[in-house]
Amino acid sequence: MSEAGDGSSTGLAHWEHFQHGADIGVRGIGPSLASAFEQAALALTAVLVNPGTLQPSETVEIELEAPNADLLLYDWLNALVFEMGTRGLIFGAFDVAIEGNKLVARAHGERVDRDRHQPAVEIKGATMTELSAGEVHPGQWRAQCVVDV
Amino acid sequence: MDISRFERLSDTAWQIPPTGAMRVPGVIYATEELIRDMDDKVYDQVTNVATLPGIVKASFAMPDAHWGYGFPIGGVAAFDPDDDGVVSAGGVGFDISCGVRTHLTGLSRSDIMKVQGELADALYAQVPVGVGSEGKITLDDAEMTAMLAGGAHWAVARGYGRPDDLERIEENGRQEDAVPSAVSQQARKRQRRAMGTLGSGNHYLEVQEVAEVFDAGAAEAFGLKEGECVVTIHCGSRGLGHQIGTEFLREMAVAAATYGITLPDRELACAPIKSEVGQRYLGAMRSAINCALANRQIIGHLARQVFRRIFGEPDLPLLFDVSHNTCKVEPHAVGSVARHLYVHRKGATRAFGPDHPNLPEALRRWGQPVFIGGSMGTESYVLVGTRESEELAFSSACHGAGRQMSRSEALRTWSGREVLDRLKARGILVRSPSLRGVAEEAPGAYKDVRAVVDAAENAGLARKVARLAPLICIKG
Repeated sequence: MSEAGDGSSTGLAHWEHFQHGADIGVRGIGPSLASAFEQAALALTAVLVNPGTLQPSETVEIELEAPNADLLLYDWLNALVFEMGTRGLIFGAFDVAIEGNKLVARAHGERVDRDRHQPAVEIKGATMTELSAGEVHPGQWRAQCVVDV
Repeated sequence: MDISRFERLSDTAWQIPPTGAMRVPGVIYATEELIRDMDDKVYDQVTNVATLPGIVKASFAMPDAHWGYGFPIGGVAAFDPDDDGVVSAGGVGFDISCGVRTHLTGLSRSDIMKVQGELADALYAQVPVGVGSEGKITLDDAEMTAMLAGGAHWAVARGYGRPDDLERIEENGRQEDAVPSAVSQQARKRQRRAMGTLGSGNHYLEVQEVAEVFDAGAAEAFGLKEGECVVTIHCGSRGLGHQIGTEFLREMAVAAATYGITLPDRELACAPIKSEVGQRYLGAMRSAINCALANRQIIGHLARQVFRRIFGEPDLPLLFDVSHNTCKVEPHAVGSVARHLYVHRKGATRAFGPDHPNLPEALRRWGQPVFIGGSMGTESYVLVGTRESEELAFSSACHGAGRQMSRSEALRTWSGREVLDRLKARGILVRSPSLRGVAEEAPGAYKDVRAVVDAAENAGLARKVARLAPLICIKG
C-alpha cells in the first residue's frame, strides 16, 4: 500500500493503491460489492488528483452488465476512464448499486482545471492484471486491478 | 530474478528451457546484473507467452524487460497463422504503436541555449500536453475514417508535414490493411479532439544535443553530428488506441476459451489469427497504428512551426519514426523456410539490419535507426539494427530504460519543484502542467539506460550510433 483514503484505519469503506512496476494498482474495500466498487473508483481518481480536493458539479449515469464481478469491475473502471477522456471530467463521488451482474451508477465530478488540479497522469485503461472483485472476509468486499498510465 | 533458473547461452543471452505447457524456450537478452534486477514476474510472463499456440522459435525479452500486462514490457514473440497462431491484444498493449521520432535541426547547442527559455515556452504553448489537453483539430466521423486508413499520409495531405517525411516513417507512413470500420464509436469519440496531443506519463517532446558519436559512418548517414541538436517526440495512438486495447482485451479474454485456448494469465487475451475476432482486432489495431503515425506527424509539424518562427530557416528533416507496441506481419526465415509471421513487439522496437528492403534508400546500407528513450532529464540513444538481430529476435531491440521505482515512491522521494530546479541547474529546462507528474517521472525513478543499451549492443541486437543529452523537455 502506498496511499490510502477514508477509513483505512477503522476498517470502514476505504481505498488504497498498490504497486505494480511502471504502473499502479487501485483497490477499494467496503461492506458490500457496490461499496468496494465506489472505493475502487476513488482510488482511480487518486491516481490523478487527491479526491478530497474535488467539488463535483456534474453527474454522469452509467449502466453496465458483465458475465461476472471481475469483468464488471473492469467495465466499471474503464467506463470511468472513457467518461473522463471524452467529457474532460474528474470524478470525486460515486453512488453504485449492483444487482446480480448488473451495475447502475452515478458518478459525480467536475471539469478538469489544469492549474488547480494539476492532474499527474492520464489513465490509459484499467487492466486485467491483479483483477479481482469479491468478498474476502465475511462482510468485507474488495475490488482491485492495476491501471495502465 | 534468480539467475540459476536460466541456462547461460552467452554473457548477454539466457535461456529458459521449455517445461510444462511451454511450446518453445524463453530467451532473455541481458547481462547477469540486469537479469538479477528484473522482477520475477518477467520470468513468469516470458514462460506464459511461450505457451501460446503457434509461437515460433522462442518467447524473447529485451534487456529493458520489466513486468508488463500478460507479455513482459520488452517482450517479442512471433506467431505462425498456418500453425494455429494467435494475435494478442495484451501482446500489443494499451498504447498501440506508441513510438519515437527524431527530427534533425542542424542547430548547435549554443544556437539553442541562446533562446532556450523562449523555445521551451513556445514548444509548450504549441504542443498540447498533459491530462485534459485538446488539439486544435476536431475530426468528424468521415475524417476520422480517412485518418485511420491513411496514417501519416492523411496528415501530410492535410498540410501537416511534407511528402518527403513519409519514407522516413515505418511502413512509409501508412499501415496497410487497416480496417477503420473495426474501430468502435467509443474509440473514435476518445480521439475526436486528441489529434496532435502528446499525452502524459513517460511521453515527451525533447530538444536534445548529440553529445557523443559512437559510429561515425552510421551517424553521418543519419545526419547526426556531435554538438548539433535534434527534436525527439515520444507518444502513441492516444485515447483511440487505449480504447481499442481495452475493448479487445475483454473480448479476447472471454473468447479464448471458445477457441480452446487456455490462458495462463487473462491479460494474455488472444484469438487465432484466422478467427473473426482475430481479424477484426488486426483491422482495428492497424487503424490505431495509423492514428499514432498521424499523431506524431502532426506534433512534428507543430515543432517545425515553432522552430521556423524562432530560427527562420530550419525545416527539421525527419530522421526516422519507429513504433514499439505493435503486431506486424513480416517475412522471416525459420530454419531454411521463409514464413510470414505475426511479430508482437510489446515495449520493443523493430530493428531491421543493413540492406533490408523496407528501409529508405539513404539508410539501407546502414540499417534501421532505433531510438532508445531515456527518462526526463537523462540521456537517450540512437542505435542501428544489425544483421544478427534477425536471427536473434526477429530483428528487434529494446526501447527504453524502464522504471525502477513506483510512482508513489517517487512522489514520496522528490517534489516536482525540486526536480525542476535540479534539472535547471544542469542546463535542462522542463515545461509541464503538473508538478506531481514531474515528481513521478523524476530521473531517479528510472533505471540506467546505459546498461540497457550496452547489453543490447553486446547481445548483437543493435549497435550504438549516438548518445543524446536533453536541453529542453516538454512533459505531460
